[in-house]
Amino acid sequence: MGGLQKKKYESGSATNYVSRNKARKKLSLSLADFRRLCILKGIYPHEPKHKKKVNKGSTAPRTFYLLKDIRFLLHEPVVGKFREYKIFVRKLRKAYGKAEWSGVERMKENKPVYKLDHIIKERYPTFIDALRDVDDALSMCFLFSTFARTGKCHVQTIQLCRRLGVEWMNYIIDLRSLRKVFLSIKGIYYQAEVLGQTITWIVPYQFAHDHPTDVDYRVMATFTELYTTLLGFVNFRLYQTLNLVYPPKLDGQGEFNLKSECEEDYALESESYSEKLSALSASLARTVPLVEDEEAEPDHFPAEGEDLETMEAREKIELEQNKQKKLFEGLKFFLNREVPRESLAFLIRCFGGQVSWDKSLCIGSTYDETDEMITHHIVDRPTIDKQYINRYYIQPQWVYDCVNAKILLPVEEYFLGVTLPPHLSPFVEESEGDYVPPEKLKLLALQRGEKPREETEEEEEGDEEEEDEDDEEEDDQSEEEDEAEDEANLAEMEEKRAQGKRLSVKVTPGKVKQENRMRTEQEEKAEEKRLAIMMMKKKEKYLYDKIMFGKKRNVREANKLAAKRKAHDDANKADKKQNKKKKC
Amino acid sequence: SALERHPPHVGSPPGSLDRLAPDQSLLIFITFSVRSQDIRNTVGNIPMEWYKDYPHIGYDLEGKKIFKPIRNKDELDEFLDKMENPDYWRTVQDKMTGADIRLSDEQVDLVHRLQQGKFGDVNFNEYEPAIDFFSNEVMIHPVTNRPQDKRSFIPSLIEKEKVGKLVHAIKMGWIKPHRPKETTPQYYDLWAKEDPNSILGRHKMHIPAPKMKLPGHEESYNPPPEYLMSEEERLAWEQQDPEYRKLSFLPQKLACLRAVPAYSRFIHERFERCLDLYLCPRQRKMRVNVNPEDLIPKLPKPKDLQPFPTTQSLVYRGHSSLVRSISISPSGQWLVSGSDDCTVRFWEVSTARCLKTVEVGGAVKGVAWNPNLSICLVAVSYDDTVVLLNPGLGDRLVCTATDQLISSYEEPEEVKDQPVQWAVAEGEGHEQGHRLILKHPKAVRQVTWHGKGDYLACVIPDNGSSLQVVIHQVSKRRTQNPFRKNKGLVQCVSFHPIRPYFFVATQRYVRVYNLIKQELTKKLMANCKWISSMAIHPGGDNVICGSYDCRLAWFDLDLSTKPYKVLRQHKKALRSVAYHRHYPLFVSGSDDGNVIVCHGMVYNDLLQNPLIVPVKVLKGHTITHDLGVLDVTFHPTQPWVFSSGADGTVRLFT
Repeated sequence: MGGLQKKKYESGSATNYVSRNKARKKLSLSLADFRRLCILKGIYPHEPKHKKKVNKGSTAPRTFYLLKDIRFLLHEPVVGKFREYKIFVRKLRKAYGKAEWSGVERMKENKPVYKLDHIIKERYPTFIDALRDVDDALSMCFLFSTFARTGKCHVQTIQLCRRLGVEWMNYIIDLRSLRKVFLSIKGIYYQAEVLGQTITWIVPYQFAHDHPTDVDYRVMATFTELYTTLLGFVNFRLYQTLNLVYPPKLDGQGEFNLKSECEEDYALESESYSEKLSALSASLARTVPLVEDEEAEPDHFPAEGEDLETMEAREKIELEQNKQKKLFEGLKFFLNREVPRESLAFLIRCFGGQVSWDKSLCIGSTYDETDEMITHHIVDRPTIDKQYINRYYIQPQWVYDCVNAKILLPVEEYFLGVTLPPHLSPFVEESEGDYVPPEKLKLLALQRGEKPREETEEEEEGDEEEEDEDDEEEDDQSEEEDEAEDEANLAEMEEKRAQGKRLSVKVTPGKVKQENRMRTEQEEKAEEKRLAIMMMKKKEKYLYDKIMFGKKRNVREANKLAAKRKAHDDANKADKKQNKKKKC
Repeated sequence: SALERHPPHVGSPPGSLDRLAPDQSLLIFITFSVRSQDIRNTVGNIPMEWYKDYPHIGYDLEGKKIFKPIRNKDELDEFLDKMENPDYWRTVQDKMTGADIRLSDEQVDLVHRLQQGKFGDVNFNEYEPAIDFFSNEVMIHPVTNRPQDKRSFIPSLIEKEKVGKLVHAIKMGWIKPHRPKETTPQYYDLWAKEDPNSILGRHKMHIPAPKMKLPGHEESYNPPPEYLMSEEERLAWEQQDPEYRKLSFLPQKLACLRAVPAYSRFIHERFERCLDLYLCPRQRKMRVNVNPEDLIPKLPKPKDLQPFPTTQSLVYRGHSSLVRSISISPSGQWLVSGSDDCTVRFWEVSTARCLKTVEVGGAVKGVAWNPNLSICLVAVSYDDTVVLLNPGLGDRLVCTATDQLISSYEEPEEVKDQPVQWAVAEGEGHEQGHRLILKHPKAVRQVTWHGKGDYLACVIPDNGSSLQVVIHQVSKRRTQNPFRKNKGLVQCVSFHPIRPYFFVATQRYVRVYNLIKQELTKKLMANCKWISSMAIHPGGDNVICGSYDCRLAWFDLDLSTKPYKVLRQHKKALRSVAYHRHYPLFVSGSDDGNVIVCHGMVYNDLLQNPLIVPVKVLKGHTITHDLGVLDVTFHPTQPWVFSSGADGTVRLFT
C-alpha cells in the first residue's frame, strides 16, 4: 500500500465549512461588522450533514458557514468601507479630544459613506428576483415609518421609510393591483399582485410604540438600510413601467385642487408636498399622458403546454380581476375622523372609489361632508347626530369585507350600532376536509350569485335554515369521520359477533338474517386493507402511520371547531328565545 | 526659640494664609498667641486622640511630659459657665495643650475679617497699582538677551518635505481637498440592462427565505366565535412555554375597529423575522408527497386464496385452566388437549364432545399425537415425566395393535445406562390408558414425534447441562442424548418431515443437524430476542419461527440463513406457529388473543420466492392473565385450525 496516510479533518466536509468565529477572523471583522455584512450580503449559516465531522470530532453546538460563502465575502468593497468608517470614528474622537474643531468639520465632511447598489444588483440579478423578496422590506419600512422621530433610529431613515411606503402605496393605487386585505389584531395585512408576484405586507395600527428592551435595533437598522435601498430601486423601476414620474408628482388636476388649501400649516414647501402625496387622494403625474382606450382587449393565445380549458380558466380569472378592480367605481366615500384614514383611503382608491375626509383631519381632502353625491359615509361610532338621508352610514369593516369578497356586500349588516359579522381571513383556502366557518359558506353562496338570505324577515326561518346548513356540514364531516371510524366500528362489530357466539346452548327458531351487501363489502375491503397494512415494510409503515396521524389530527381539529360553533349557536338561540318570551 | 525670631501673626505673608482652610489658619494664629505661656507641645501635627488614654498630652521643648489640665467640669458646670461667664463665647480649647484660651480683641477681629473673606492684615492694600514689566513698549534694554537661532532665519526642511508631499499628492489626484459630489441620483433603474452572465452559480444554489405564514381566521380582530379560546384553553395557553405555543397570540373578539389596541409584540415579531433571515440555517427539505394508499402493498385478494379458515365454528369447553398444548390425531377425527388443571382431554373434532378425560400427576406442558396412522399413541409431558397414552379411540384393531407393540418388548441382554428411566404403567394407570412412563431428570417442556412414529424428541430446558434434548425410540425403549455440548437454552425441537434432519431452536438461533452424518448443517439467525416456537413446512425447505418480541420470521433454507421475511402482525408475543400439511397455509397464535392465518405459497420453481399473504385475523379467545392463544394446530386434511387459549377453551375455526 503506497501513499501517505490521510489525516483526519483535512479534506471533505471538515474543510468545506468554517465556524462563525473562524470566518470572522478570516475576514478580520468585529462580530457586529460581520453580522452587518452577513445581513447585507444575504449570507446565512449552513447546517452540515455530519456535524461531528465538520466540528472535528466535537459535538459542541456551533454555527457553520460555507467556506465558499466566506470567500465570497472576502473581496466585498463594503468591508473596506466598514474599516474606513472605524478609522474615521477614531480620528474624529481624537479631534474632538484635542478640540480641533476645524479638523472635526473637515472630517465630518469627508465622512466615508457606502452604497448598497452593487449588493442589491448582485443579490437580485433580475428585477423579478427583487420583487419576490420585497415582502419583508415593505413590512419593515411600514413599521419604521411609524416610529417616533426620536431615539431608536435616525430621523432620515424614518423619513425615507415613510416616503418609500407612500410611493409604494401610490403605485399600487395606480396599478389597482391590491387583492386582499385583512384586519388582524396585529395590524393590517395587504396582499397585492405585482408583475405576477404575490406580495404581502403588514402595517401596524397607528399607535405609539412601546419599544421593547430585548430587541437589538442595530440589526433592525441594518436590515432597514438594505430594505430601503431595495425598495427604492424597485419603486423606481415600477414607476417607470407605468410611465409615472419618479419621484412621484401629483398630476395637474390634483395639484390644482390642493393648491388652494392651507399651505401655511407647513413650514416647508417640500414637506407639504410629501404630506399631500401621502394623503393618497390624488392621482400621479405621468411622463406619457394616459390614452383612454381601455376597451382594446388583448387577444389571448394559449401558452405552450396549455390546453384550451386552462386558457379559458385563466381568462375567467382575468375577467374577474378586472371586475374587482372597478369594485368601488362610481361610489363616493366620506371618512369620519375616527376611522383609520390612510388604510381606508388606500383601499378605496385602489378599487376606483372617490374618497374624502374632514379638512381639519388631514391635508388633501377633495370634498366636504355636505356633498350631496356621497354614497357611503364610514363611521366607527355607535351613533351619529346629524345624518344625511341619501347615503349609507356604515362601519369600516364593510370596505374590507367587500374587497375580500370581490363584490359589494349588502350594507345592512354593517350599519351603525349593529353587531358586525365576523371578519374572515382571506388568506385561508380551505382544502378538502378542513373546517369552513358558516360565514364563509354564506359568502361563497353570495359570490356564486345566490340570493342572500333574508335574516330580518323572520328569525325563526333564518334559524331553521342555519340549522339545515349545520346539518349539511355535519354530513360532510360525518363522511370523513366514517372513514376514520370505520376500522373501530368493524372491530366493535366483530367483537360483538364473537360474544354472540358464546350464547347459551338453547335452540331457538332462527331468523333470516338480512345481509347488508354493501356493509359486508365494505367490511371486506376494510379487512383487506388492514391485512395489507400488516405486510408493509417497516419504513413505509412508519411513513403511513405518520400521514394517517396527521390526517386524523386535522379531522379532530375540524370537528372540535364545528362542535364549538354548534354549542355557541345553540346558546345564542336559547338566549333569543328567552328574550322573546320576556317580550311577550 | 525659633518662634521668637519670627514676628508673630502680623508679618506672615497673606499668600500662605490663602492656601489654608479657615479653621486651620485660625489654629495657627491661636498657637502663635499662646507663645507667652511657653508650654509648647512638640508632638507635631498629629491626631490628638492618640493621647486619649494617657494622662499627658505631649512633650515640651525639654522633652518633659505635658500633663492634661485637670478638667472636672461636668455638663452642668459647662452650662453654668456658659450662662455666667461673659467671655465664654471667646474661649476656645487648645487641642495641643488642652488648656482653655480666652481670645483677645485683636484675635476676635482677625477671625471676623477672615470670616468675611478679607485679608488678615489690616494694612494690606490689595489694589496697589500694577507694574507692567512685559509691555508693548520696546525698551533699550531687552528683558532677555538671548541671540536668535539660525533656524529662525532659514525655511524648515521637514516642513518643506511635508508640504512637497502634499502638493505632489494633490497634483497626482491622490488627495482631494473635497470629496467629489455624488452625481448619480439616489435611485435609478438598477436593472436597466439585465445580462444573463450576472446570474451566478450562487443564485442557483441560493435558497430563498420562506415567506411569512399568512394569518388565519383566528388572527382577525373579529373572528368567528369558534376560533376564540375557551377558559380552559386559555389557561393551558398561558401555562405553555411561549416556544411551544401553537398560536403566538390570544384570539380576541372586538366589537369595532376603533377598539383594536396596539399589538405589543409587533416589533418583536419583526425582529424575530430578521433573526430568522440572517441566523437560521436554510435547508431544502423534500416534502413527502405520497398518497398513503400507494404505500400499502398490492397483495392478491384473500378471496382468491381460499380455502382458509374464516369463522369460528366450534368451542371445546371443559378445561378449568389454561390449555397449554393441543394435538390432533393423524386421521383428523380426534383432538387431544393438555391443560394446567392436570388433565388431558380427548375430544371428537366434529361434535366438540369430550370423550375421555385422563388425569395426570401435574400440569400438562405438551401433548403430541403419534403421526403414524397404524399406532394409536399420545405422548403427554408433565413435570419431569412423559407418559405414552393409548386413548383407545378409533379403530379397535389399531389400539390393540399398539398395546401389543408395547407389550411385545423384550428386555435386551445388555442393559445400557440410560439418562431416562423407562417404566411400564400398571394398575389404575394402565386402565386409564397409560402405557409407558418415562422419568426425566428435569421438567419436560415439549414432546414431538418423528414422522414415522417411532422416535420421540423431548425438550428439557436447562441452561446448565448438556442434556437438554433427548430422543427416545419407543420400540426399543432406548434413549439418546444427541448433543454433547450445551449451545444455549433450547426452546423447541422438531424433526424434518422427510429427510433425517433435526431442528433445534435456542433463544436466538435455529440449528439444523444432520442426524446421519451427526453434524451441524445450518444455523439460522432469527434476528429476534427470544424464539418461542417453530414450525417446518411439509416440503421441508421453509421454516417459520415465532418469537416473544412479536415477530414471525420465515426462513427459506435454500435462500439464506437470515429470514426471508419478518412479519410484525401481532401486538404481543407469539406463542405458537403451525403449517398446514397440504394447503399453503400457516397460522400464528399470540398473547393478544388473535390467530392470524396467512397464505404461504411455496413454489417448486426455485427461482420464485414464496408468496406470503395474511388472509384472516381470527378472534375468539379472551385474554386471561395477559395470555391469549397458547397453541395452534391445523387439521391434517381440512383447512381448519384449532387454537387453545388461556381461557381454558379450544376453538375450531373453519
